[in-house]
Amino acid sequence: MSAPQLESLYQEIILDHYRKPHHRGLRDPYEAEVHHLNPTCGDEITLRVHLDGETVADVSYEGHGCSISQASASVMTDLVIGKPIGEATAVHEEFLRLMQSKGELEPDEDVLEDAVAFAGVSRYPARIKCALLAWMAWKDATAQAVDQTGGSE
Amino acid sequence: MTSAHAPFDVARIRKDFPILEREVRPGVPLVYLDSAATSQKPLAVLDAMRDYNERHNANVHRGIHTLAEEATALYEGAREKVASFIGATDSREVVFTKNSTEAMNLLARVVPLHPGDEVVITEMEHHSNIVPWQLACERSGATLKWIGLTDDGRLDLSNLDQLVSERTKVVAFVHQSNLLGTVNPVATIAAKAHEVGAIVMVDASQSVPHMPVDVATLGADAVAFTGHKMCGPTGIGVLWARLDLLEELPPFLGGGEMIDEVTMAGSTYAAVPHKFEAGTPPIAQAVGLGAAVDYLSDLGMDAVHAHEQQLTSYLLDGLHSVDGLRVIGPPTMESRGGAVSFILDGIHPHDVGQLLDESGVAVRVGHHCARPACLRYGIPATSRASLYLYSDTADVDALIAGLGKVRSFFG
Repeated sequence: MSAPQLESLYQEIILDHYRKPHHRGLRDPYEAEVHHLNPTCGDEITLRVHLDGETVADVSYEGHGCSISQASASVMTDLVIGKPIGEATAVHEEFLRLMQSKGELEPDEDVLEDAVAFAGVSRYPARIKCALLAWMAWKDATAQAVDQTGGSE
Repeated sequence: MTSAHAPFDVARIRKDFPILEREVRPGVPLVYLDSAATSQKPLAVLDAMRDYNERHNANVHRGIHTLAEEATALYEGAREKVASFIGATDSREVVFTKNSTEAMNLLARVVPLHPGDEVVITEMEHHSNIVPWQLACERSGATLKWIGLTDDGRLDLSNLDQLVSERTKVVAFVHQSNLLGTVNPVATIAAKAHEVGAIVMVDASQSVPHMPVDVATLGADAVAFTGHKMCGPTGIGVLWARLDLLEELPPFLGGGEMIDEVTMAGSTYAAVPHKFEAGTPPIAQAVGLGAAVDYLSDLGMDAVHAHEQQLTSYLLDGLHSVDGLRVIGPPTMESRGGAVSFILDGIHPHDVGQLLDESGVAVRVGHHCARPACLRYGIPATSRASLYLYSDTADVDALIAGLGKVRSFFG
């Protein structure tokens, strides 16, 4: 299995996160819990967000799905936990831009860190939803958590 | 129907399907194992549609000019071909729809249901035979009941006598499951349903393309199937139903073509089947379906079925030889067709499908629009290889070799 295109989809970083996911498991405390699924392929994620003021204090999740969706959840938690909401949202937007790039964008490693490994996914339209599943769940849960905590701004 | 045909020569048949010669990437030939999703189309079908559009295109059932008459004759000729293909005694029993989904929605929309009535379906249905009945029950106050499944992928008919009662108005179920490949005992279920006066609707989307289906003896009152899974084009499906049933049911969509007389005070409706065909129908698609039916009839559905059964057995043997692979659905050839779902231990179907595509092997991955059945077996999704008349042992060998590569990539 040495096709160059496929290697660019299944980067070693992605396989590592898939085999040993970070921050997996549902944890307390949390202000919002969401359940998202990808109806075309059956990937599912249940995700909790815990905010501490303006900071994403914890993101915990449980789910099942393909290597891309599971690895993306793991990488996403690494990127957003501990960051102010605004900064985490900016990372999310950068990742979204990468996914919409059809492989044309040189990803910003300073912002995206391990998530640069997903650049190849943007060339596979059927897989973009897999990579975005956890991010969309996080965005949804964070918006709900902000509402829950009184929307301090 | 057994002896009038040339011997079944898959190598020759493959030449009728130009797409089977293409490469998905340079040097990687297509191995098409997704015919349960849609079949490929032979040249005869493509030519018939092109000829229709180049030479005969006009609207049907209106206008008296030459083209209009030719188009009408071709459209109605296709209806007669389809009727004869499925053993219908009267071509008025064949209603053209957009696809199977629309055919089933049509019936679910027009069958009268009331509070206290019950509709019985099964856990292995495609969403297109679930959601229309859920909607019908919501509208009418009727109750939906489910026939469950056994661990080996068959209908659990042990409580059929309790599920089907005098309250049952419709029993709707799939002939051959798109997810599991199971072929269901239509006559047994239909007999029980008819004891209580219920209408029997069979989703034959995966059976009419693959085996001889004779509506005169099947036991169903209505049968739905679709053109694009049987060598025909997309955009055309069929609802066959008993003439007296069609005649007593109210119209589905309103519009041109389906009326007798329209006044400001009200309208009367055309005779069947036109009562159920509002608006300009899919004419070129009907012509294509007629050509597909001719193509299948020339091969002989007995021969098509025999070829697929033989190859399905070869496919099952191959799959059973792959380490950590579990077939979802009947593991043997008993009452099963050539759509075979499987899961590979620890590797998500999406990843299986992606890696197989790298070898040119096209399979379907996901829940196959049959999520209740997936949930029943505790799996979010499967990979599914599905065969057709043009599939051969080389296709199966490529799949099994590809699965070996998948295992080593993720192992």
